[in-house]
Formats: sequence, structure tokens, C-alpha cells
Amino acid sequence: MDKKRDGEQSDRGGVVLTEEQKRRRRARSIAIALVLGALVLLFYAITIVRLGPNVLTRPL
Amino acid sequence: MSLMSQGVELSARADSARIEPSLAGVDDFVALMKPRVMSLVVFTALVGLLVAPGHLHPVLGFGALICIAVGAGAAGALNMWYDADIDALMARTAQRPIPAGRVSRGEALGFGVTLAFGSVVVLGLVANWVAAGLLAFTIFFYAVIYTMWLKRRTPQNIVIGGAAGAFPPMIGWAAATGGTGLEALFLFLIIFLWTPPHFWALALCRAGDYERAGVPMLPVVAGTQETVRQIRLYAIALFPVGMAPWLIGAAGPLYGVTAAGAGAIMLGLAWRVRGSGREAKALFGYSILYLFVLFAVLLVDHVLFGPWMAGAQAG
Repeated sequence: MDKKRDGEQSDRGGVVLTEEQKRRRRARSIAIALVLGALVLLFYAITIVRLGPNVLTRPL
Repeated sequence: MSLMSQGVELSARADSARIEPSLAGVDDFVALMKPRVMSLVVFTALVGLLVAPGHLHPVLGFGALICIAVGAGAAGALNMWYDADIDALMARTAQRPIPAGRVSRGEALGFGVTLAFGSVVVLGLVANWVAAGLLAFTIFFYAVIYTMWLKRRTPQNIVIGGAAGAFPPMIGWAAATGGTGLEALFLFLIIFLWTPPHFWALALCRAGDYERAGVPMLPVVAGTQETVRQIRLYAIALFPVGMAPWLIGAAGPLYGVTAAGAGAIMLGLAWRVRGSGREAKALFGYSILYLFVLFAVLLVDHVLFGPWMAGAQAG
């Protein structure tokens, strides 16, 4: 499927990635996902610590 | 210019403007952040944060340290973005991601600016805006004052630029207390006065590299003898400043004895340096150990004899 798509892109003059470029792009994507996941956890923990018991206290 | 040659020129411009797929691996982006420098920054910031009299929740402290580390990484990436041309000329730096062709300058600039803004804003939200302001100033100082302005213009580049590396313990201190103090100033001064003998010992060994790249490091501009003289002067100045936390009552005798011994060895090694030989390499290697030991013992001293710091605050 990917080869077919690459072939179509190549016919249209688009960018065709080499196997090495695909491998590195995949590694970058995984690293970004891991960093974002870690940031979500960190910001969650920081929010809980900073707000403490008031996290659920909101004016009605 | 004929229409045909104009067409050829436009075509060439279009080719050069085409965005090539990135060859950068994850390790290249890690390398852009100068992880070895970052480890020293994190360690000194951690000590500054822990010996400060204020209290910061461990989760917030961890978040603050991450921000300081990322801020240091941003400064490193911006340094590599700007210095890519001279990095390519020096053996020590030729294999960095940009001169090696694995990362484009645009990628490094975007990476550095994004990390810089992100780290400063998050540190402000996690700890306080004094610490965030200090981090922002540190990144600016390293990327603009040192890298863009001083590095290629004056042999005093690393003396003044060394301030950027000296701020992290002060940022850690500010994260815990919301301000700075005399103790934090001495932690700053220790690294500030440590930087010249540390870097000039390296520069003595790499003078050819710096000369080829046109960077006016002291050994290139003033010669070996003057560099050795200035290394010794800074080592002399560093000795009492290294002991200052004990002298002002902010650390206990364990730190005082260690600082005296480590400072004496630093002085001895500085006096043995004659040129670019083994002695210079020994001083460079020992200087890293010196800074690590000083800050590590300051932390141990604080854990074992914490009241010293409390006493200093009360006094």
C-alpha cells in the first residue's frame, strides 16, 4: 500500500522518502508522543499539587 | 540578463528553496541540547534548590528542574544554530548535527526557540516568575550576549559568557524561595570564577581549532604564557570564593575542609600548567571534578548539618 502511494507521489513529482528517512521520521514521531505523554502526566501532577484540596472548589 | 539565464537562475533558486525531508534522528535533537552541559546545569540547579531555605513541593521541584534543564537545552540549540559555520571548521564540533548535515539550521532555530519559550513559561507557572525571569535572562545571555556578540569578538568571551553557566544554582534557589540571596550569589560566583581556568585549559589544547575558526580565544590572541598567567589568577580568586559558603556560615565544616582541599589541588594543578601538554588536560579534567565535589558536598553538608543554613538565615 505504502509503495503504491509512494509511486503515485513520485509520478506527481512529490517527495519520496527513503527507508532511512521513514525510519527516522517514525523514531521522531514516537519520541514526540512520549514527550507529550510525559508532559500530560507532569502538568496533571503539578495542577493537583498547586491547587491541592481546592481542585474541586469552584464558585457556583 | 537574458530571459533564459533569468529562467535558469529562478529554477536554481526554486531548487535550493525546496524543503528536503529531514534526516534528523532523535539523538540529533538530544545532541542539540548539549546533554553534558545540561547535566552540570541540572546538578548545580538541584543543589541550589535543595540548600535554599524555602520549601518547594517535590513534584514542583521536579517540574522546575525539568524546566531549567530544557531551558539550558534551548540555549545549547540556539548556540549550535548560530555557530554552525565555525563548528564545521573545528575537529571537536565538526560532527555536531548541523555541520554534519543531519539537522538544518531552521530546524535547530525552531527547536531552540520553542524550548526556550516553553521552559520559561512553564517554570513561571510551576515555581514563580523570578525564577522564570532568571531562566529567560540566562538563555538570552548565552544565546545573544555570549554566542552572537562576545564569542567572535573578544578573548574575554568565556569570562563574561561564563555568567550564563553560573546562573542555574541561582535559578534553583529562586525557584525555592522566590528571590535570591548572598548564599545564592556565592554559588553563582563559584561557577563564574571556575569557568575561565576550566575553559582556558581546554583552549590551550585546542588552540589550533579556534585559530582555524577565527575565534579569538585567549591562547590564540594573547599566547600560552598569558593564558597560563590568567588561569593562575582565576584559580587564586576561586580559592576563597569556593570556601565562602562556609566562611559566611551558610555551610558546615565538612564543606569548608572539602573546599579548602579541593581548591588547593586546583591551585596546584594550575601552577603546573606550562602549555598545551598533559598538565592542561589534567587541570581541565580536575576542574569538572572540583565543581561536582564542591556542590555535592554542599548538599551532603546541608542534609547532615542542615541547621547551618537555618543559622545563617537567622543570623
